[in-house]
Amino acid sequence: MQNHINLFVDTVFIHNMIFAYFLGMCSYLAVSKTVKTSVGLGIAVIFVMVITIPVNYLLEKYLLVEGALSWISPKLADVDLSFLSFIIFIAVIAAIVQLVEMVVERYSPSLYNALGIFLPLIAVNCAVLGGALFMQQREFSSVWESVTFSFGSGLGWAIAIISLAAIREKIRYSNIPAPLRGLGITFILVGLMALAFMGFMGFKI
Amino acid sequence: MSQIFSSKNLKLLTNSLNLQNPITVQVLGICSALAVTVKMKPAFVMAVSVTIVAAFSNLIISLLRKSIPVRIRIIVQLVVIAALVILVDQILKAFVFDVSKQLSVFVGLIITNCIIMGRLEAFAMANKPWDSFVDGIGNGLGYGWILIVVSFVRELLGSGTVWNYPVMEKLGLYSGGYLNNGLMIAPPMALILVGVIIWIQRSRSKSLIEKK
Repeated sequence: MQNHINLFVDTVFIHNMIFAYFLGMCSYLAVSKTVKTSVGLGIAVIFVMVITIPVNYLLEKYLLVEGALSWISPKLADVDLSFLSFIIFIAVIAAIVQLVEMVVERYSPSLYNALGIFLPLIAVNCAVLGGALFMQQREFSSVWESVTFSFGSGLGWAIAIISLAAIREKIRYSNIPAPLRGLGITFILVGLMALAFMGFMGFKI
Repeated sequence: MSQIFSSKNLKLLTNSLNLQNPITVQVLGICSALAVTVKMKPAFVMAVSVTIVAAFSNLIISLLRKSIPVRIRIIVQLVVIAALVILVDQILKAFVFDVSKQLSVFVGLIITNCIIMGRLEAFAMANKPWDSFVDGIGNGLGYGWILIVVSFVRELLGSGTVWNYPVMEKLGLYSGGYLNNGLMIAPPMALILVGVIIWIQRSRSKSLIEKK
């Protein structure tokens, strides 16, 4: 249990997807203009990550790594398909995003209206593929660890985008030097937020 | 073949270096741009890889553009990009293994690099193969020079080296009490440096300044 809590704290605060790895920056900068839309995108990212990363973990474990195919027949024990991981991961993400979109549309139209426009965007959000690739690198021992990891990463991303949106709503009325207006000041803001998040380094329970 | 470097194509190249720069103006492909700029060598390898993938995926998609059904174009584009990235990844692992280790997941993340998807959607789906190829190279270079500048500053001030050559040590600054700025290696400085580059670029070309 403690190990899960530590992993969670680590992914939310220390190895935050935005502030430590800069993943999902494109939509992070483009959609963070108002708090309302960024809450929607944040929830959609958590949702998609929690589903795709464990699925990719299982595929990786039972299909891709060296010797993974031995559950089919012992003859396949020395097959190594790990070079295919990029294409499998991105296909799984694109397919699941499509599937989630259809399921949500069918069973919860109100949630669909809230997330609707953001869901297709997420297929190409680097945070989701990045999460899958970091999951591959971290070599988790069980699927539950990958669930904790994906929830933590998604939540970290959501916290980052919501807080940036809140700051951007405030600075709309400030007097910023003209060439720095818009994108420039946003970069510097994110830099300062990342600096603040560095304070969590080494934090453990 | 007089049209190979016609003025239009030359414009495609130079525009993306400055006025249509993918990072500072179009805001595409920032994820990987920031993460690989601690040292110059990985940044250079990353810039070359992205240029190659951008150019060839633009070329392939542009050749296929009339036969791709609109509804499934995203998945077709992703498959083409992913196949090219696998090639690049295997080549990097074979010839420059140490750099490939440093880049870690960011080679794989070229797949979701918004520059490539963005240029495929915005340019290659509607233009001729050769133009698209040039556009891919131009955008790759526009992405590359920002990477090189950011990594030059970060490596020089953060580790005191340029392309692993110990400049600061040769200049004898350490004996005079000079210290490397450890903050330059930390992630936040990449963001602030890109912010500063945007600031300089926009003060020079006023047309880029955003309206209130």
